[in-house]
Amino acid sequence: MEFSLWYLGLAAAFGLFMAWGIGANDVANAMATSVGSKALTIKQAILVAAIFEFAGAFLAGGQVTSTIRKGIIDAASVESNPELLIFGMLAALLAAAVWLLVASRKGWPVSTTHSIVGAIVGFAVVGIGVDAVHWSKVATIAASWVVSPLLSGFLAFAIFMSVQKLILDTKDPLSNARKYVPLYIFAVGFILALVTLLKGLKHIGLDLSYMQSVVVAIVSGIITMLIGIFAIKRIKIDPDQDADFRFTNVEKIFGVLMIFTACGMAFAHGSNDVANAVGPVAAIVSIVKTGAVAQKSALATWILLLGAVGIVLGLATYGWRVIRTVGKNITELTPSRGFAAELAAASTVVIASGTGIPISTTHTLVGAVLGVGIARGIGALNLRVVRNIMLSWIITLPAGGILAVIFFFLLKGVFYNGPAI
Amino acid sequence: MSGSYFSAIFGKSPVRPLQEHMEKVLSCVSELSPFTKALLGAKPEEMTAHYEKIVMMENEADALKKELRMRLPSTLFMPIDRRDVLEVLTMQDMVAGSARDVAGLIIGRDMKIPRSMAKTYKKLVKRCIDAAGQAYIAICELDELIETGFGKVERKRVGRLLVKLDNIEQDTDELQVLLRSQLFELESELPPVDVMFLYKIIENTGTIGDRAQRVGSRLQLMLAR
Repeated sequence: MEFSLWYLGLAAAFGLFMAWGIGANDVANAMATSVGSKALTIKQAILVAAIFEFAGAFLAGGQVTSTIRKGIIDAASVESNPELLIFGMLAALLAAAVWLLVASRKGWPVSTTHSIVGAIVGFAVVGIGVDAVHWSKVATIAASWVVSPLLSGFLAFAIFMSVQKLILDTKDPLSNARKYVPLYIFAVGFILALVTLLKGLKHIGLDLSYMQSVVVAIVSGIITMLIGIFAIKRIKIDPDQDADFRFTNVEKIFGVLMIFTACGMAFAHGSNDVANAVGPVAAIVSIVKTGAVAQKSALATWILLLGAVGIVLGLATYGWRVIRTVGKNITELTPSRGFAAELAAASTVVIASGTGIPISTTHTLVGAVLGVGIARGIGALNLRVVRNIMLSWIITLPAGGILAVIFFFLLKGVFYNGPAI
Repeated sequence: MSGSYFSAIFGKSPVRPLQEHMEKVLSCVSELSPFTKALLGAKPEEMTAHYEKIVMMENEADALKKELRMRLPSTLFMPIDRRDVLEVLTMQDMVAGSARDVAGLIIGRDMKIPRSMAKTYKKLVKRCIDAAGQAYIAICELDELIETGFGKVERKRVGRLLVKLDNIEQDTDELQVLLRSQLFELESELPPVDVMFLYKIIENTGTIGDRAQRVGSRLQLMLAR
């Protein structure tokens, strides 16, 4: 291919830029609840985010990446002209990144996932043809955007109710917290490990059977739990602090739990959202390498690494400031609810990551927060803001799509010299 | 880049402002205690000083009430009904209002409490302040109620606080009956207009207890949902 190096260079640059944007903006939403409820300091949150976003992206980001890379567009439609897909994917990346830049400057609630999916579908429909899109797959993805907030809301509701029954609404919340909080910590470790293992870690040379995965997941759950128990033991209980608010010390124990769910949240976010940046890159790389729209070729490990590094870079250069701002604005959330929302959202997102469905982490988290709210657990929620966030995709999808079409024709004009279409 | 839209989903909970308002109401009502002491000790200057304090704090409570009302849009999703919050708030405000009424009437007409009624009246004032205090204690449980998602154990706890409030209010009722019978004994000796207004003062003072209790019943309605 004539401009191979150009394509690769542009793909890597755009992908890195997009990943940077995710790290700079999106991560804040995932971490804000932990910072806002003071379970983590800003520094700790950044450290947790860096480590677990990276781990999530690198270890569990493969499934969604392959959906973005080859699940939405029918490869057969561009077989004769693989370069079209290169232009399209570059255009999609650029469109999503530009749209996100504009939206976050304006403070609009925009999801990276919606932007990139809208962009890919947009260029495919206009640049290649309506039949080029796997509409059934797109329908599944769109349905999951409705289902994922509902599911995480329901989970959050159930988790929060269980917390009330087992700990908060009992005669001795403090000792019940000591007894039951480690079980929730176990759940965090178990779920994350299980989903990651079941989807295979072949790309880092680890291939386990189903039963082996379950056993390893249980072991990681137990290890996480032991760390948790140790951390809870170190907490200083000061009865004087309960004078004004009787649950001050209980909340401290939930604070420990929230450190773990924050890790889970960062992991989940990395595993789902890295694809928005590197999915298109992976598609371009495999075309350039094989000269054809190869469907079978495996995902190169370095691509996930690129995304993971990009996210951490975004976090380090800009994201930490956003985390600080967002965290400061969340003051009404105590760890006992923050954890319920995070555990529900993280579980939903990793399950989606495992099945290769790109969903919006922020939407899922908003759904979870609402779930806790419905369980009468949060002082006040702004329904208007919730509605605006939930409906933002109505603008984001066409915006991403239109921008992608414009960039597509621009790129085609610059590079294309193949047969006329 | 702001990216802070997510935090905007969290509204400001009305609980803390509601508690602060009740705290102000309680300190306003509590001022009746030194006021009554000055009244019975016949120290008009002290009385005026305490009356002014009562008026000031009632105004402050009023300002807090308006502030909370302003920032309670109907798009807020809360674990407690917006209407209940507003009604508790109104009721709390009326507790302070009735304290001001009592003091205002006594100052305005330069009233004296007959010696034979003094002890019982002092008791009535104390019990009314107790009622307001108990209502405040119950309102202070609101954040615990939300913490436990209005759980059964916590609801029972608040229920017990409200039973105690009812008992205090009953005391104030009984003290009012006693005062009225004491006043009845004196009716022939006192100027009729004074008698009329003394009945009025007994009634107004009792209103403080009634309204404190109604703060409690509103709170109970919140629990029932």
